[in-house]
Amino acid sequence: MSLLSPVAALGRVVLGAFASLGRIALFGGQVVGHLFRPPFYPREIVQALMQVGWFSLPVVGLTALFTGGALALQIYSGGQRFSAEAVVPQIVAIGIVRELGPVLVGLMIGARVTSSIAAEIATMKVTEQIDALVTLSTHPIKYLAVPRVLAGTLTVPLLVGVGDIIGIMGGFLVSTEQLGFNRASYIQNTVDFLTAPDITSSLIKGAVFGFIATLIGCYHGMRSGRGAQGVGSATKNAVAVAAILILAANFILTSVLFGT
Amino acid sequence: MITLAGVHKTFGANRVLRGVDLTIPKGSSMVIIGGSGTGKSVLLKCILGLVAPDSGTISLDGEDVIRADRDAFLARFGMLFQGGALFDSLKVWENVAFRLLRGAQARPKAEAREIAIEKLRRVGLKPEVGDLFPAELSGGMQKRVGLARAIAAEPEIIFFDEPTTGLDPIMSGVINALIREIVVEMGVTAMTITHDMTSVRAIADHVAMLHAGVIQWTGPVAEMDAASDPYLQQFIHGRADGPIASVR
Repeated sequence: MSLLSPVAALGRVVLGAFASLGRIALFGGQVVGHLFRPPFYPREIVQALMQVGWFSLPVVGLTALFTGGALALQIYSGGQRFSAEAVVPQIVAIGIVRELGPVLVGLMIGARVTSSIAAEIATMKVTEQIDALVTLSTHPIKYLAVPRVLAGTLTVPLLVGVGDIIGIMGGFLVSTEQLGFNRASYIQNTVDFLTAPDITSSLIKGAVFGFIATLIGCYHGMRSGRGAQGVGSATKNAVAVAAILILAANFILTSVLFGT
Repeated sequence: MITLAGVHKTFGANRVLRGVDLTIPKGSSMVIIGGSGTGKSVLLKCILGLVAPDSGTISLDGEDVIRADRDAFLARFGMLFQGGALFDSLKVWENVAFRLLRGAQARPKAEAREIAIEKLRRVGLKPEVGDLFPAELSGGMQKRVGLARAIAAEPEIIFFDEPTTGLDPIMSGVINALIREIVVEMGVTAMTITHDMTSVRAIADHVAMLHAGVIQWTGPVAEMDAASDPYLQQFIHGRADGPIASVR
């Protein structure tokens, strides 16, 4: 084995990653292009809105509730070290709205929706349903990807909004029922501290994460290999790539929106 | 008329099609036979534009299929897929009426449903089947639904990909008879790929044997048994010994 072998292997991985990003970008461009050109499939769009948005509410709500509660406990416990327990409402609000709400909702959508989309479309590919769509004069990207990506981009910000509220409520419940905070002043502190840019940044992150989660699910589903193994790999890769891209996009968005 | 001239297709190191020349006359039923993995499905997908050939030309009534308007071109085709390829999320009638509910051939929902139920009846299925989902049907019923979907928009050309694979002999006979009836009744051009010799004799006007990436033999089905081609004879009689290697 030559001394350069590890470097060559690393180079192949990096080049492969850039090639994948390029293919994903091209696929994203195709999806966006089809978004504005008829025919449109309203029934499929409504189904996707329900699937991505409505049916994700329980998992998003529970995740936000427990995270908000745990965050309040952590801030209270950490704040005690320098007599700053009183800032629990403000830190819970900003932590949930700016960061934890969108990221956790994005990751939960990545786990629940990306995997489901990738598995469904990959199964359709393996069973020739995508070929059947083509023979029935229906473009697979327009029929399968556009409704799902549109639904992700539209509903995930709403889910993030709901998640933010439930997360703050989790912190409120723990703080008032367990840590002895006054209810009225907790709410007042939260409302006073949050600003409009905090909320809009949260919703912008939600839209971007929803776009990424659904796009990656469609992309990996349509590139699935043959058989059960192909479907399994497509699903696994979709979830992993969606999670990484969501976290990377979160860093970039935070830098852009709040960087000094 | 569908004409293929010098069609080549390679996947990696695997040269699947090595210069296929074939003519399918208008209104006739052509059956392509050949062993597993000889490229029959690839040939069919090349004609439909699902797979792009590396070289050669494929024309429909003299027009190159690559340059043709895709929607208008595909509107002339119906296809029965090997596994049915029914959409799991749609009811049976919505599968059959898929083309009639969307795009250029779209019509009111009630009318589309009526046509779908009529086509289901044509392939021997009761109207109640229309409200079931594909997963609730047996393999034979799924093939019939696939056949109903293939004929729903009154196509000029129908492709059948392994129509009897996975079916018992009686259901295979039913499907073969249905295909023959529909092809004659609608006067369509049909192309079937299969390695089931019972299907060949029931469906074909003409037969073409694909072997080693080229058309090894082609002619009317009536001349098939008397043909002297050793490859064809080995295949149609299912002999292990002959010019076609039994281990591939």
